[in-house]
Amino acid sequence: MSLLSIENLSLEIGEATILKDIDLTIASGEVLGLVGESGSGKSMTALTIMQLLPEAARARGRVTFDGIDILAAPEEAMCRLRGDDLGMVFQEPMTALNPVKSIGEQVAEGIRWHTGANRADAEARARAILDRVGLPEAQFPLSRFPHELSGGQRQRVVIAIACALKPKLLIADEPTTALDVVLQAQILDLLRDLVDESRMGLLLISHDLAVVAEMADRVTIMRSGEVMEAGPTADILSAKRHPYTRQLAEASTHVPARANGRAVVQAAPALLEVSGITRDYPGRRRGLFAQDKPFRAVDAVSFSMPAGHAVALVGRSGCGKSTLARMILALDRPTAGEIRLMGETLAGKSEAQLRGARRNMQVVFQDPYGSFDPRHRVERLVAEPLHLLDTQPSAAERRDLVAQALDEVGLAPADMDKFPHEFSGGQRQRISIARAIITRPKLIVADEPVSALDVSIRAQILDLFADLNQRLGLTYLFITHDLTVARAITDEVMVMDEGRIVERGPTREVLKHPATPAARALVEAAPDLEQALAARMRT
Amino acid sequence: MSLDPALPGAAPERRFLRLALANRSFLIGCAITLMIAGMALLSFFWTPYDITNLTVADRLKGLSSSHLLGTDHLGRDILSMIMIGARNSIAVAIVAVVIGMGIGVPLGAWAAARGGLVDEVLMRFNDLVFAFPALLSAIMITAIFGPGALNAIIAIGIFNVPVFARVARAGALSIWPREFTLAARAAGKSKALITIEHILPNITALLLVQGTIQFALGILAEAGLSYLGLGAQPPMPSWGRMLFEAQTRMIVAPHLAIFPGLAIVVTVLGLNLLGDGLRDLLDPRLRRQR
Repeated sequence: MSLLSIENLSLEIGEATILKDIDLTIASGEVLGLVGESGSGKSMTALTIMQLLPEAARARGRVTFDGIDILAAPEEAMCRLRGDDLGMVFQEPMTALNPVKSIGEQVAEGIRWHTGANRADAEARARAILDRVGLPEAQFPLSRFPHELSGGQRQRVVIAIACALKPKLLIADEPTTALDVVLQAQILDLLRDLVDESRMGLLLISHDLAVVAEMADRVTIMRSGEVMEAGPTADILSAKRHPYTRQLAEASTHVPARANGRAVVQAAPALLEVSGITRDYPGRRRGLFAQDKPFRAVDAVSFSMPAGHAVALVGRSGCGKSTLARMILALDRPTAGEIRLMGETLAGKSEAQLRGARRNMQVVFQDPYGSFDPRHRVERLVAEPLHLLDTQPSAAERRDLVAQALDEVGLAPADMDKFPHEFSGGQRQRISIARAIITRPKLIVADEPVSALDVSIRAQILDLFADLNQRLGLTYLFITHDLTVARAITDEVMVMDEGRIVERGPTREVLKHPATPAARALVEAAPDLEQALAARMRT
Repeated sequence: MSLDPALPGAAPERRFLRLALANRSFLIGCAITLMIAGMALLSFFWTPYDITNLTVADRLKGLSSSHLLGTDHLGRDILSMIMIGARNSIAVAIVAVVIGMGIGVPLGAWAAARGGLVDEVLMRFNDLVFAFPALLSAIMITAIFGPGALNAIIAIGIFNVPVFARVARAGALSIWPREFTLAARAAGKSKALITIEHILPNITALLLVQGTIQFALGILAEAGLSYLGLGAQPPMPSWGRMLFEAQTRMIVAPHLAIFPGLAIVVTVLGLNLLGDGLRDLLDPRLRRQR
């Protein structure tokens, strides 16, 4: 008998239909991957199982967990289930913990509530589970607070809370999306081990086919509230019978068509030259006169980039890649070293002297929601860099330029009178690119430009980047922790670790034969759809 | 994620209107504030009686059809005095808010944009001003420079400055880390220009709400000062001094104290309701919780 079974589940919130006739089962000790893009209803399915739906939601159908009819269960019964037999891990480790309570208290809380154990017993059990998730006593006493932990460590605490009472079913909603690939691999290993140890069921929700291929025994693919396809992972993902499965699989390994091995004349003058730049951040104040040692975010980095090249800067989170990017964009001043764009030195110049350089370099940010002022219309947003021109265009010229830029990124000129919130994530990223190319820059620095997007949208945006590279001769510096993005679109890779560039070479070479430990860790941890499937087929 | 884009300001004025009409404290607050403001405006053209005309024969009359709220010890009509007194209260409070915003907001925005030493020095100075009880210091200022409406305005205005500086700085600090400010800097805009184009429009809601609260506090402060004889000088009527003059006649003619007191309470209540309502309407986080 299966642990959880969902039959004909439909869900409506107000007038909107969120889920339609969902069927799904999980047995003890089984990992079910629930895959879908944003808005496919995968999180809502999880919330239905937990009965944590918004007030206005109406669910129909049958959800049976361990012999209990969840949809009919009263709230008190659900309170007993949640955190005991049903555990949940959320996506964002930064906000899933209470910042004013120590990690010990937060883990022990659930134990005391459900078992009625006294404080000492609950703390002993909390200690045991924290040890189990890889937070040993010596470094992580129960009295630690969430802000003293890194993202990966916090996610371990969240998992400890969810698994403290050996739940029968663990629901993990995008548990690794906010983490870098190395941490992702560690957390996935931990989940896998916990499943094997205690034979709990795991519902793993993810947008990442490669992650699911590595983890799940069976997979259910959802789209706009409906199940598209379901079955054993190896079978579903290798046969790709359903057109949507095929589409997803293609999008997640998509490589834009670009003229490969273009004859880049290395002798051509470098567009960007970075020599020995260093950035120190002052240490935290400990008292009136005591201060921690300064923190070196970027440590004597030098490189140069020829025009027309696309270079990826990869590394784990916190390795200094975003700081480096900001210094290149002259948004942050290096402590030491020099940056030259087209032969012109950037460091130490005033904002007025930088105008020329700024015209030639623009930026695309990661978050398509945060990178626009919500109060401005698209026209004003895209036209913002025109401020850099020496002669300001008239209103009509401005609209022409904006229309042209929107056209180049595949949006309609009529879109310029809308507000950013009227667009989807992918469209917003197009607007962001339109803003970056409106002054016809030579260099575009893109900081994780596709990591917030769904795979199919991601493929389109990568195509757009490739297309603009060809048509406008743009040079790219892509900052990413995602090697598939690097593989898809760049000629060269620079691997950054603890503030230094430790390895540099042609993308294919580095990804195939990483030479340094930092590069090897990244490559090995990166989930790969094909390899994962091959491994699955063998067993 | 899908809840997030519903940030304020973007286009849907109609939605705002619908929400506003459903928000009771906003509606009541608006009605009271408009009523008081209307009364003050009306007093420029018409009052039931001329208050410079002392009719001692009519002194200390109770409520009647000829004098709706009665008369004071000089035979002046209370309703007319309250109407003209509203003018004074509102003018002092508004100008004080304008002074506070005019100096405080640029200071706060500057501190947020510059950070470092500028921020530190400005904010510590702010704390210094904050440390003095506002009304007490206002009394000190008017005691030194002499009583009068103008000095009252300046005294109350000065103590509005740190309030607005703090609110503006806190608001601006929450906007600066958003990526669109970085994008604007990549477009070569100076911090001052970004503050004007991006930061201030995104914190107007905050400032507006704080404005209504300071307005209410200003009315109270003005009443306090004129009660002590440090505000507007006779013959200009003011609510605070009406209370003071009523004090000795409380037993004989309680209506002399009740009505100006009521005027102050109702005005402050109305403004506070308006501020509460505005905060609920403009704050997307609170709106979502409803």
